[in-house]
Amino acid sequence: MELKDKIKAIIPQAVFSETGELVVTLLPDDFRRVAETLRHDKEEPMDYLRDIVGMDWGDALGALYYLESTVTYRRITLKTSTADREQPFLPSVCDLWKTAEIKEREVYDFFGIRFLNNPDMRRIYLREDWKGYPLRKDYDMDSNPLDLDNEVNSDTTEEYYLNSDGTIKGHENTVFDRDAFVVNIGPQHPSTHGVLRMRVSLQGETICKVDPILGYIHRGIEKLNEGLTYPQTLAFTDRLDYLSAHQNRHALCMCIEKAAGIEISERAQYIRTIMDELQRIDSHLLFYSCLVMDMGGLTPFFYGFREREMILDIFEGTTGGRLIQNYNMIGGVQADLHPDFQKKVKAFIKHLRSVIKDYHDIFTGNVIATTRLKGVGVLSREDVISLGATGGTGRASGWANDVRKHHPYALYDKVDFREITYTEGDSFARYMVRMDEIMESCKIIEQLIDNIPEGEYRVKTKAIIKLPEGVFSSSVETSRGEFCVVLESHGDKYPYRLHYRSTGLPLVHAMDTACRGTKIADLIAIGGTLDFVIPDIDR
Amino acid sequence: MEERSVGMEIKKQTAIRSMKYEEFKNNDYLEEMVRELNRNGAGVIVGAVDDLLNWGRSNSIWSLTFGTSCCAIEFMALGAARYDMARFGFEVTRNSPRQADMIMVLGTITYRMAPVLKRLYDQMAEPKYVIAVGGCTISGGPFLKSYHVVNGVDKIIPVDVYIPGCPPRPEAFYYGMMQLQRKMKVEKYLGGVNRKEKEPEEEK
Ligand code: SF4
Repeated sequence: MELKDKIKAIIPQAVFSETGELVVTLLPDDFRRVAETLRHDKEEPMDYLRDIVGMDWGDALGALYYLESTVTYRRITLKTSTADREQPFLPSVCDLWKTAEIKEREVYDFFGIRFLNNPDMRRIYLREDWKGYPLRKDYDMDSNPLDLDNEVNSDTTEEYYLNSDGTIKGHENTVFDRDAFVVNIGPQHPSTHGVLRMRVSLQGETICKVDPILGYIHRGIEKLNEGLTYPQTLAFTDRLDYLSAHQNRHALCMCIEKAAGIEISERAQYIRTIMDELQRIDSHLLFYSCLVMDMGGLTPFFYGFREREMILDIFEGTTGGRLIQNYNMIGGVQADLHPDFQKKVKAFIKHLRSVIKDYHDIFTGNVIATTRLKGVGVLSREDVISLGATGGTGRASGWANDVRKHHPYALYDKVDFREITYTEGDSFARYMVRMDEIMESCKIIEQLIDNIPEGEYRVKTKAIIKLPEGVFSSSVETSRGEFCVVLESHGDKYPYRLHYRSTGLPLVHAMDTACRGTKIADLIAIGGTLDFVIPDIDR
Repeated sequence: MEERSVGMEIKKQTAIRSMKYEEFKNNDYLEEMVRELNRNGAGVIVGAVDDLLNWGRSNSIWSLTFGTSCCAIEFMALGAARYDMARFGFEVTRNSPRQADMIMVLGTITYRMAPVLKRLYDQMAEPKYVIAVGGCTISGGPFLKSYHVVNGVDKIIPVDVYIPGCPPRPEAFYYGMMQLQRKMKVEKYLGGVNRKEKEPEEEK
């Protein structure tokens, strides 16, 4: 049964807009009913909430909900809004999808929409004393000057709910009560992979609760996007998750190309796919290096970086950049491949295959490593789906979620590769997924590298790119999960709203579930295997 | 410099683009500092001890890790075997401000982070130095117009060396870090660089 018909059967007056992609517009109460029904559907539960995208349409504030079923992999987008700008309220869906807990906080932080029945309505990226909601269109950019006072974090939070007489009431929830023993970790801590800050409450050595505090690298990229032309917006994608620079930019280029109806050449597709996979190897090597270093082993750090430098050399030859390459462009790629590219890539893969055994010898079988990783920080399959923890973390718990397999883009439907899944869901499985993926990426590259067709690497586009009205999206599998671009265009050369699905936000959210009941000493190792990059979370 | 034997034109371009070796030592700001020190004069013994101390100091600079984003990953590459900054006296990085001589600000500083950076800087012991790495720390870089990004860390803490780039190449890191060493070498350690602490601020 078509998803459209299903929704029509529940709410006959639902509006289906087809400018751009299919979006189902619903009133808040109807939305809640549709969400419940879709979530609990027997054959095709829409059990993966990909993202919640807050929006300000001027006359209304609201959100888009991106849903996917883990059984059929079909997707649907719901939209709901409220016209009240002073006291906007929407129903929460955090009882249906756990990931909504943190995503609704994000929408609240940026748009000021409060969610009824979400137990935690604190700000998440901005200081608690921040005035106004920056992603609203009428936000005054100078209203919050730099404040060098140390910030105080409150231990309580608000929850709002609907009274039986129809009025909205609020009450206070405690995050940490008075006798909880709370340890602060970060934001300046070398093992949190960036500037993550966590407040952790302990019972002896056992973790009771992890409360992540984000925003230490919130750069306001989504707001900046609204003032830039489409080609200009590309530059920020590399700086989100810099270890998925190619893939992020690939997603945005794909989205714009789709909306503008630009067809890119076969050669560019090959180049993009190979670059994406090289980037994935690069990222996983860094993952290995950092994880092992966090756990106290220094030698493997040098191993990982030794091979990583070879990839960076290959990148540099073609793109000119080591870490941040700015390579994908609308319509193709910036420059043609370096004449040595194929030779170097092949030599690199041969070398990597010969040394990967050392990686496993020094760490994988090591007794300290296995005891610290096996059976620690377990996430069940239900957990990862409900938390929306994609990428290697999800696959380590048995959730087959690889975008490359289930929603193929570029050349991924033409190459043969295995989607690595494990079922244990512990730190060790998460580590192994990534190590195995390195080999799969090598396989993909080997299938492509000798067959790159001749042709142009970039098709000519208009000097000024204007997109038709509507909502567009695209998603790719980055090094650490599903990265998704949501673009709303009003027909200008600037996006009306350009949102990125953070791959890391659900992973940081998963810390609480994964760490509860484990020892404080395992916290860093669990965080290391979840493999998040903070600038991508904070955007 | 690698010589390329591909005709005149390319050669010409390299000559313009790359910096001549002699110019690396050419630094008006440092020379001015030396002149000033000479003007004020230094005792033979004190001067000799100073030289010795500065030689030691400038070759064992321990930096505080303060990586917030992209630039920090390039700094990690500096620590690994290929670039190996230990060769030049940057033996280790420290995670505690009490043990660090300098702070390398790597990556965008946001409004939420600014008080933390200030506090870490205040916690470091004198003499202390700051290197601002990357466009973000120098001016806000690509995020200049953002509502949440500090437009230059020099608004919060004094900076000794700026390393431009987005991110700077490892070679650029070295050039910047060695500039700091040069600066340290011409300072007067005894009775000079140890600034007097201001009245301690009330802990909040
Ligand atoms: S200067 Fe560039 S590379 Fe460095 S932190 Fe800023 S955006 Fe990232």
